[in-house]
Amino acid sequence: MKRYSSIAASFVFAALALLQFSCSDNDPQVETGSIVVNFDNMVGDANLALNSGTYINAAGEDFTVSKLNYYISNIKFTKTDGSSFTVPKDSSYFLVREGNQASQTLRINNVPVGNYAGIEYMIGIDSLKSIEEPENRKGVLDIYTGPTNEEAMYWNWNPGYIFLKIEGASDSSTTANGNYQYHIGGFGGRTGKTLNNIKTAKLNFGSQTVAVTTAAVTTTSAPQIYIKADILKIFDGPTKLRIAEKSGVMFEPFSANIADNYANMFSVKEVRNN
Amino acid sequence: MKNIFNFSIMLTWLLLVQISCGKETEKPLPEPEPKPSGPTPVQFSKPSYFPAPVYDLSKNPLTEEGIELGRFLFYDGILSRTDNIGCGTCHQQQAAFTHHGHDLSHGVDDKLGTRNSPSVQNMAWNTSFFWDGGVHAMDEVPPVPIQNEVEMGERTANVIEKLKKTPVAGAVKQVDYPKMFKAAFGTDEITADKMMKALSQFMMTMVSATSRYDYHLQGDASALNALEKEGLSVFKQKCSSCHATELFTDHSFRNNGLPPNRINDQGRYAITLNESDRLKFKVPSLRNVGLTAPYMHDGRFTTLEEVLNHYANDNVKPGIHESATLDPLLKTGTKPGIQLNASEKQSIIAFLKTLNDEQFIRDKRFSDPGIGTSL
Repeated sequence: MKRYSSIAASFVFAALALLQFSCSDNDPQVETGSIVVNFDNMVGDANLALNSGTYINAAGEDFTVSKLNYYISNIKFTKTDGSSFTVPKDSSYFLVREGNQASQTLRINNVPVGNYAGIEYMIGIDSLKSIEEPENRKGVLDIYTGPTNEEAMYWNWNPGYIFLKIEGASDSSTTANGNYQYHIGGFGGRTGKTLNNIKTAKLNFGSQTVAVTTAAVTTTSAPQIYIKADILKIFDGPTKLRIAEKSGVMFEPFSANIADNYANMFSVKEVRNN
Repeated sequence: MKNIFNFSIMLTWLLLVQISCGKETEKPLPEPEPKPSGPTPVQFSKPSYFPAPVYDLSKNPLTEEGIELGRFLFYDGILSRTDNIGCGTCHQQQAAFTHHGHDLSHGVDDKLGTRNSPSVQNMAWNTSFFWDGGVHAMDEVPPVPIQNEVEMGERTANVIEKLKKTPVAGAVKQVDYPKMFKAAFGTDEITADKMMKALSQFMMTMVSATSRYDYHLQGDASALNALEKEGLSVFKQKCSSCHATELFTDHSFRNNGLPPNRINDQGRYAITLNESDRLKFKVPSLRNVGLTAPYMHDGRFTTLEEVLNHYANDNVKPGIHESATLDPLLKTGTKPGIQLNASEKQSIIAFLKTLNDEQFIRDKRFSDPGIGTSL
């Protein structure tokens, strides 16, 4: 009986050892927490109201917004000590949709504890992900079903993601029904070099309008970052976008001007450490 | 107490081992071979004179059940918003899987597209798809017509939902897709990835290599007559730089001098935005060309005579359109085009018709299983 129990005990010990081994992938010494990033789509200082609000762009044209979607990906946080944390690639793709409240809150888990001073992210989808097998592009990247498909954030005839899509109506529009549509994408080309509209936003939490300038990640509290996306900037930047001149822009060279504009539409509104 | 605890763990462990090893301890019985379970593998076979296929079969091995599912999906109008336009609507077998009688694609609600439907044949060797080569993988081809507003006008996600709800009670055509997906993939879960793979499996099997020209290649001296042989010889001199290999295409994109049409279709330029790609379209295979009229990306020519007159720059108004990207091979003589006299044209056409594959367009394996629609 004693022999049996010692064999059993060693078996249990071996099993526990195995369990330990299989769980040691993540360095247990790095403590982690979460950061929550909220995107507020705004028009200047006003909240964007889909369909109901009428706005004036930099060229003085009135417009409404019926749809606003954009991809945020490849997120990286920089610490106050100058080091940084890059969110693991496959946990780093988000589709922000004005028509979907939940999509505007990005919860990033497994962030090493520490004080963070800024955030960097891509507006759009990187080229490597864009050419991966469809089986490896799920969730918000699913090209057949899911939000990508519902919102048509993918050009299947010239495969690639639409990075930012804004649609609405304007008295200045030259289309038959008075609508305007800007669908901006282009990851640089698969077989040859072509349009590359991938843009990166780099935001510092210590900007002048922010009271709290550091996001403190601990194991128990997740800081909240509020980012303002001012859609007026889509029309105003290096190029003044006139709906009367360009009522529809999709995969064409002019789209680079719109991407240059919207690359500057993000700013940090508030940082909250709870 | 501790011993009892340890002993019970031991017992549980032994019990588990016993369960998992139970089958091995049974005496093997002299039974007949067990029925194979799961889908039946199919070996892809290619004609010896074709190059190696481009499609990676290791990621989507062919099975009888997968191919059969692909055939049903290919013909089923459920893929369209109106439930009555299938792939087989615009890719009809008797026209070598093109749309007989239509210059431009004709889809839901009688809407018209901008290009002529290309043949679905020998897809395994394609390096890109569509007239502009925008798509690079066969698995990513079906969503393009499905989601095109004037072709099938549907969303892939919605097709998946519709397939899940089959068989539809009271429907004239009873197709049980969950059952067919289970037979093909071992699970009745219907996903877009599996749907595209099944369609690819079916299209992989659509190989055309049983024309009279193929018999000629295989050594049948009587397969071609004297005129056709003469045509083959002229063809090799004057056409085979672009319509190369036994697939009759070099898979390149070229500007063959067609004047831009009314919508000013810029072809491959729309994909690459590269000035050097303006007005370039894919060089199509000429297999079954005698069955796939009308011709060119916009179906502007209805006969092979018109096509050859275009290349010869004869009797066609307007003639070869000289733009910056006109193919250099059409600029070798004193005037743009290919030097072709009347008898050469006649012999080339006679030869081209030997590429008609009567077996391919009658093959029951590729035919509508009784669920298709045609408009």
